[in-house]
Amino acid sequence: MIESPIMTPRQVAVPRGGAFWRGLRANPLLMVGGALVLLIVLVAIFAPVLAPHPSDAGTATHAFDVLKPPSAAHLFGTDQVGRDIFSRVLFGARVSPVIAVVVIAIACAVGVPLGVAAGFLGGWIDELIMRVTDVFLAFPPLLLALALAAVLPASLTSVTIAIAVAWWPWYTRLIRGQAASVAGRPYVEACRALGVSRLRIIVRHILPNSVTPLLVQVSLDVGGVILTASALSFLGLGAQDPIPDWGLMVADGQNYFTPDWWLVTFPGLAILLTAFAFNLLGDGLRDVLDPKRSFLP
Amino acid sequence: MTAPGSVTPPETVRGRLAIAGLDISFGSRRVVAIDELRMERAEIVGLAGESGSGKSMTTLAILGLAHTVGATVSGSIKLDGQELTGLEQATLREIRGSRIAAIFQSPQAAFSPVYRVGSVMTKALRLHGAAKPEAAERAVEALRQVLLSPDLMRRYPSQLSGGQLQRVAIALALALRAEILLADEPTSALDVTVQAEVLDLLRDLRETSGMSILFISHDLAVVAELCDRVAVMRQGLIVEQGQASQVLSAPASPYTSELLDSVPKLAGAP
Repeated sequence: MIESPIMTPRQVAVPRGGAFWRGLRANPLLMVGGALVLLIVLVAIFAPVLAPHPSDAGTATHAFDVLKPPSAAHLFGTDQVGRDIFSRVLFGARVSPVIAVVVIAIACAVGVPLGVAAGFLGGWIDELIMRVTDVFLAFPPLLLALALAAVLPASLTSVTIAIAVAWWPWYTRLIRGQAASVAGRPYVEACRALGVSRLRIIVRHILPNSVTPLLVQVSLDVGGVILTASALSFLGLGAQDPIPDWGLMVADGQNYFTPDWWLVTFPGLAILLTAFAFNLLGDGLRDVLDPKRSFLP
Repeated sequence: MTAPGSVTPPETVRGRLAIAGLDISFGSRRVVAIDELRMERAEIVGLAGESGSGKSMTTLAILGLAHTVGATVSGSIKLDGQELTGLEQATLREIRGSRIAAIFQSPQAAFSPVYRVGSVMTKALRLHGAAKPEAAERAVEALRQVLLSPDLMRRYPSQLSGGQLQRVAIALALALRAEILLADEPTSALDVTVQAEVLDLLRDLRETSGMSILFISHDLAVVAELCDRVAVMRQGLIVEQGQASQVLSAPASPYTSELLDSVPKLAGAP
């Protein structure tokens, strides 16, 4: 045994959970984006409490309140069948954002494993997966989703499926590049030299070291998916009346735009705000999760 | 070579590697052809040569990992008489780490940035059959042996210096009770004083644990200082091998002389 004083570790500040929050506070983009996203989540959860006329999110009609401009009774005015637009916009937070989350969950569930397989295993598996991916990537996502939604029966489920089919290849391509780069790093070779199995290397090393750009992409994509879903609803391929989908509300209101501007404007602003909030969040996350920053282990 | 059927005492490390007729090829292009390379217990063998001479490919082949870079291997690599070439990956996985360990050129890059040093060590030990408390104990003990504080186990790799991480890597090999340590340019990325510490450590290890070390380097000065025997590689062939003192003082191959001449000397030094 070697008899020698134990080398003391250099004094380095060990990051604690607090450092992450300090990073958050130092980043106003992320703060604002996060706050807005939280607001949208809260609105979605508490819509029945917050909405002055919860039944207007459903099939209720009010023949004597048709097309009323914004007032104290109806903050955002009423639509062509007398429903309170403010209530419907609040309930709309339960439609588009949920579609976005489900679409992205499906796209990740399909895209990430394929991307990791392609990037880590390489060879003909890589070729096969990426050529299939290329076929999907050859179409603009909105066009592809549009074509699919047109074939499927018009419903929210169809829209969700259609957008998810158009979306996963982007994640596959993103993750494939990451996984391929991580697969070539010395610590992966070190793992192999320690007798670690391929599956374990993928789960414990490739995934955690590839996932940062995915987090950023996901938060940026929420806005994009909401816009796409709204576009499909606007074109009559998604939500059907009386579902309080923002895109559908814009579509239904377009015939009344002059002079009854409020039918289109408020749901449109809701879409804008949501897409904006998630984009801020994504940009902020990109700054905070930069791999060169030390507080993320 | 031990006589067939002889029982090796359990206390001793049995590390002994014999390579014979080893060919490594990419498709039809042969990049390494080693007739013979042997390593006895507690011996430090230097594998020297310029970049691209096939040193690292040889390490990969010994680990049974040449296929991961697309190479094919033929010939014989024996560990204590057990043939390694042609073994199933599952069997090789058990040998890798537990009997043959490796340390690499850039210690910072050889640790995944997302795991604490201690977790890397205990996970590796558990992978090779140690129970949880035993794994932690062995990791702590090994860190002490390489003169590091066990407190380092709570750190992330980015919080340790290159020299500290290389010690951790060596400690891991020690904790795994590897018989053979493949050290692929383990000091090239370290500054000179840290390099000297790591070399001292390797020497101590050989004495205390009986580990055999294959020390791969392009730096003949380091090889001369550390190794018992040296094999000089060029373009995939071993051009010369023998006792370190002899090969480096009176080289038989003109290539070895050339390499020796390329070692920088202080002006005025003999």
